[in-house]
Amino acid sequence: MQTNRLNQGGFIDRHKTLRFTFNGQSYFGYQGDTLASALVANDIKIVGRSFKYHRPRGIIGSGAEEPNAIFQIGSGATTEAGMRATQIELYDGLVAKSEKGWPSLSFDIAIINDWFSKLFGAGFYYKTFMYPAKFWKIYEYFLRRMAGLGRAPKQPDPDHYSHQNIHCDILIVGAGPAGLIAGVSAGKSGAKVIIADDQAMFGGSLLASKEIIGGQSSEEWIASQVEILKTLPNVTCLPRSTVFGYYDYNFLTINERCTNHLSEFTAGKIRQKLWRVRAKRVVLAQGAFERPLVFPNNDRPGIMLASAVSNYIHRYGVIPGKNAVLFTNNDSAYQAAIDIKTAGAQSVLIVDSRSEQPSDMVDAAKKCGVELQFDAVIRNVIGNKSIKAVQISAYDASDNTCKDKAEKRDCDLLIYSGGWSPAVHLHSQSGGKNKWDNERHCFVPGKPSQASSSIGSCNGTWILEDCLKEGITCAQEMVTNLGFKAVDMKLPSSKKTKINPMMPLWQVIAKDSSENLPKQFVDYQNDTTVSDIYLAVREGYTGIEHVKRYTALGFGTDQGKLGNINGMAILGQALKKPIEQIGTTTFRPAYTPVTFGVVAGEDIDEMFEPTRKTAIHDFHADRKAPFEIVGQWLRPWYFPEDNEDMLSAVSRECIAARSSLGIMDASTLGKIDVCGKDAVSFLEKIYTHDVAKMAIGQCAYGIMLGEDGMIKDDGVMARLGENHFYLTTTTGGAANVMSWLEQWLQTEWPHLDVYMTSLTDHLSTIALVGPNSRRVLQTLVNTDLSAEFFPFMRTCKSEIAGIAIDLYRVSFSGELAFEVNVNSNFALHLWNLLMKAGKDFGITPYGTETMHVLRAEKGFIIVGQDTDGSVNPLDAGLGWLISKEKDFLGKRSLERADSLRKDRKQLVGLLSVDNKSVIPEGAQLIEKKATSGPTPMYGHVSSSYYSPILGHPIALALVQSGRNRYGEKLLAVSSDAKAIEVSITKPIFYDLKGEQQRVE
Amino acid sequence: MKKYSAFSLFKNALTNNKNWQASWRDASPKSKYDAIIVGGGGHGLATAYYLAKNHGMKNIAVVEKGWIGGGNTARNTTIVRSNYLCKESSLLYEKSLKLWEGLSQDINFNVMFSQRGVYNLGHTLQDMRDIERRVSANQLNGIDAEVVNAQQIKEAIPLINTSATARYPILGASLQRRAGVARHDAIAWGYARAASELGVDIIQQCEVTGIRKNGSQVTGIETTRGYIESKKVGVVVAGHASVLADMAGIRLPLESHPLQAYVSEPLKPVLDTVIMSNAVHGYVSQSDKGELVIGAGIDSYIGYGQRGSFHTIEHCMQAIIALFPNFSRVRMLRQWGGIVDVSPDACPILSKTPVEGLYLNCGWGTGGFKATPGSGWTFAHTIANNQPHELNAPFSLDRFSTGALIDEHGAAAVAH
Repeated sequence: MQTNRLNQGGFIDRHKTLRFTFNGQSYFGYQGDTLASALVANDIKIVGRSFKYHRPRGIIGSGAEEPNAIFQIGSGATTEAGMRATQIELYDGLVAKSEKGWPSLSFDIAIINDWFSKLFGAGFYYKTFMYPAKFWKIYEYFLRRMAGLGRAPKQPDPDHYSHQNIHCDILIVGAGPAGLIAGVSAGKSGAKVIIADDQAMFGGSLLASKEIIGGQSSEEWIASQVEILKTLPNVTCLPRSTVFGYYDYNFLTINERCTNHLSEFTAGKIRQKLWRVRAKRVVLAQGAFERPLVFPNNDRPGIMLASAVSNYIHRYGVIPGKNAVLFTNNDSAYQAAIDIKTAGAQSVLIVDSRSEQPSDMVDAAKKCGVELQFDAVIRNVIGNKSIKAVQISAYDASDNTCKDKAEKRDCDLLIYSGGWSPAVHLHSQSGGKNKWDNERHCFVPGKPSQASSSIGSCNGTWILEDCLKEGITCAQEMVTNLGFKAVDMKLPSSKKTKINPMMPLWQVIAKDSSENLPKQFVDYQNDTTVSDIYLAVREGYTGIEHVKRYTALGFGTDQGKLGNINGMAILGQALKKPIEQIGTTTFRPAYTPVTFGVVAGEDIDEMFEPTRKTAIHDFHADRKAPFEIVGQWLRPWYFPEDNEDMLSAVSRECIAARSSLGIMDASTLGKIDVCGKDAVSFLEKIYTHDVAKMAIGQCAYGIMLGEDGMIKDDGVMARLGENHFYLTTTTGGAANVMSWLEQWLQTEWPHLDVYMTSLTDHLSTIALVGPNSRRVLQTLVNTDLSAEFFPFMRTCKSEIAGIAIDLYRVSFSGELAFEVNVNSNFALHLWNLLMKAGKDFGITPYGTETMHVLRAEKGFIIVGQDTDGSVNPLDAGLGWLISKEKDFLGKRSLERADSLRKDRKQLVGLLSVDNKSVIPEGAQLIEKKATSGPTPMYGHVSSSYYSPILGHPIALALVQSGRNRYGEKLLAVSSDAKAIEVSITKPIFYDLKGEQQRVE
Repeated sequence: MKKYSAFSLFKNALTNNKNWQASWRDASPKSKYDAIIVGGGGHGLATAYYLAKNHGMKNIAVVEKGWIGGGNTARNTTIVRSNYLCKESSLLYEKSLKLWEGLSQDINFNVMFSQRGVYNLGHTLQDMRDIERRVSANQLNGIDAEVVNAQQIKEAIPLINTSATARYPILGASLQRRAGVARHDAIAWGYARAASELGVDIIQQCEVTGIRKNGSQVTGIETTRGYIESKKVGVVVAGHASVLADMAGIRLPLESHPLQAYVSEPLKPVLDTVIMSNAVHGYVSQSDKGELVIGAGIDSYIGYGQRGSFHTIEHCMQAIIALFPNFSRVRMLRQWGGIVDVSPDACPILSKTPVEGLYLNCGWGTGGFKATPGSGWTFAHTIANNQPHELNAPFSLDRFSTGALIDEHGAAAVAH
């Protein structure tokens, strides 16, 4: 029964009844409700249990600040934890569960924590669970189960999330009165405006007010402003959109919830969208949070913020209680008393800590039958699971304490308000500081550190008229500044209310020591109490960051929206320091939590670092080749025929390449085109060999070193023209090398006239490998491929079947070989032509594994496998590549003492002594296992294969003083503790003289 | 100092917790100390503790410009492990891990070191080669390590995506069972309390503005709270090490980068171990409070601002969802950045300097938290004896001129 539902009022549709369940029980609400308003309508008092003490808790707020009504929504794969009932729009079939409380919310066995709470003060866990030492695992098991709130789904998320980038002139955060009028004002000038609000309806605080603005009711005024915004094509309105992060250079992130209000899962729709906004100016108009008051048992179900009461009445037609007491230190809360009395409450008493002063609000309250008591405070609350009564004591402002004598007042609702805290979160995230304002008793935004401006109550401006004025002025200044013509805006008239100043009242202190009183909560989410803060101070945790961390103040999922300011003020009292000397903690994104899914966006599954496939991929897939992931690429690993296993397939492929003809897709190699009049001098600095001496059309194997002299990348490079070069890099290193080169060029040698272009995707590379490669290729090209005209390490342009190609006579296998570069659009076609041409010679496609075997038989290294960032060219046996004449990156490091050590690890070959065992890659090389302490290791196995052409296993390794140890024996030990005896050889196993690749 | 125990909790509860003492004395600077540690993070406080405990130096001070434990100690992902590739690093981190194992009892402060195991995932054949190499090296160095396959990973972590068709399928992992996570704040506070008990002055809100020398001998430090004399000064200030070293005329080969991390809302237990993946750049564990604690890859630009770029967070989120597709509906609560000081070989500097009496402890990059006890232990030895312990001797400053680098890049090599 919706016992608390009013017969009229609110932005709800009483004709559309929605059914929902809470902890398994069915209830009804209306279209337009939030889950929280529906629960209040159904008179649900207890919505949760507190984090540490498991105390029953009720709904306190009506927005992002709500600390108690935090639920698990939905079930199975589409469940979501940590959801605030105040931010969930009700839909039919909604399933909500409270996150704490066992066996039930009304009876939670862990309430014993509350009885023994003195044992569980701030930081208790640092002081115990230490003995016996090995029991920590057991303690931790139980602690972990006690902690935590909701549950993560166990299945993958079926929903979709999206990202959108957008630039704008002005981003307005918050569509309350100030934000709305700023939006209209800026929008009319023609500036590109985005206005985002975290609620479904624009209007902010006006939605819960009965103000008259420019002669219109607040409802009509909002509608008219929204109408204007909607007609302006240069304005984007984003409801249900939370601006949750403010980063550098006015980059802000918005989380738009597109379908959360419709159902748990909406197939085929984007659930949430991340807007990445780059704004020229930002208007911060997020409003303010009402502060709770701190007094004993201030957490009992049935205690609610004044603004929330007005919200429930005006926005949802729900009255949260019949007999209310309102405890306040300021005028704004009077409105809630008036609202609830007008809505039909039987009795309403205002307990005001201030002395009576004439004010419009006092008059209005009296007029509608609200009782008033001044110079008084609430000193205790009676009732555990729901509020039954309060104790009221006289308050002595001279010494900030209340009298012991208390008078009891029955009630079913305690409304409270401790003043307002501007939502300075985004201003703070942007890098701006906040300053304490001693008149308004709150932190207000200090000087902006980026191009932003705070307006309205988030700037500490409380009066509606002033908020509207700030909105207009701010927008006009910004648009003028951006070169638009500001339009004249008339400030709409609104009621001028005289407001009496609030009285700072951070904590109700009784004459007897406050710490013997029942618990006074500062942070509801983490059960941080006043005595926790005092305890922290007593133990020397006096900085606000220490207090925050020791007591968990502000560490809840509301990030201290309700409790932080009270906590800082109470810390100030404990330290006898003014609050401005306490300072604030740092606000971090996200303003309210956002799903991992929306931050990740579309780039998940196969779109996570989108898979790169070569232009010839379909051929490999048709042949059912398994793929190896290399960098972001998929490369065919081997091509099994007739259920061959890997070893058989690789053996067949290797023999084919060595004896007749193999073909390989080498398209993934990084390819960089370098030109410009300083290309030679640039590349001279990059490569170790003499680039300047290269003839046009000549290829060279080149290595690049880091500043430390270690091998960074390698590959064949060619001189295509006087000032034109073509470089290749390793597959995985391509992007890094490109940006590394750009970094040198742009930051160190900007004077050089050099241009680089990545050709990696543009060109595909097909390697034709084997003794018959020339014969087959010659059938397709007119170019004379004979050794005389096209010797080893040359390049030329040619053509096959009308397709332009670049030919390179290079070899990564030690065989006669040609690499054909072709525009990727023709690559598959060309591949098929080559396959056809080679058919008579048994052309055999091979993958990365065979490529590895062939190159290892020749002792060619793979950077990243046979080198690891600690291998210099001399270690790798590549001293012949180092120019003595010129300077290059890393040269100086090669002359350092350590680089000249004779006992450096050097590249060697390994053979297993039994000639049968393939040595595990990664195995460490030792003489014998030490009986105690570390075993000395002389090196490790970097590459290891069975060589089909040789008929025995081979391996490459890096071994200390390796080149002096040929013939010696070591043990190769792998992680399964198996040891294989190996002997050290030269790192070359086949065609020792290198004749085959140069064959005439 | 009154000992912490279940009994002390009980006893104090009886007196309404009124009789707890300050964890550490909030000291004011004296005019002269036998040694001064600049930087009140975990490493600095640990150094002071071991100076007092192991080397009998009692007249020492830790000076901190803000509040202790407020730098990287407060903003890391709390992973503790010792399965490094190089002998030099693995022995140093193993010393640290051994100290972690008895630390709560040693300093009588529960640092909640939870040895729940760390998995370093391999996604490519090269990853697996590197894992094999690292694990066999660990074993030969006497450090616990094993290689596990995808199926074993799935059994231990049921929610992880081990599908062979994943974008970067998990092929296997190294597992160090003794590794785990710890409570980050506790390490600073616990060392501070234990050091203070041994007589160390912990001086907060005291910023060093200059280092005074007489010839090549350090004589003291200028601070915002006056000049303090000491012939031994240990600088342990992470991201700001270059700034402090510059005051003594030393140029350091360090780059400072932003490094970001974030936590989810607290959840019921869903992940009982620690997952690290270098290949996709995501590191995740679950704190005892229930938050998923997630570390991103380093931001590639250089700066002292503790602010990174959002795209780094996006990429990390994508990596985490690749590993745990069910975390997509989990929500990010807080996100922050720290500054890490990275040396050319990605290994720390724990060293004497050309200035006599000035010692440096920096360059920990992304790996400093786990090393806290071992770093303090060896640095204290270095300061007390004016020469490094054999464990930190390889981590000298002059290795960047001799070239005797300790290269940990092995595990992050490029693919071909």
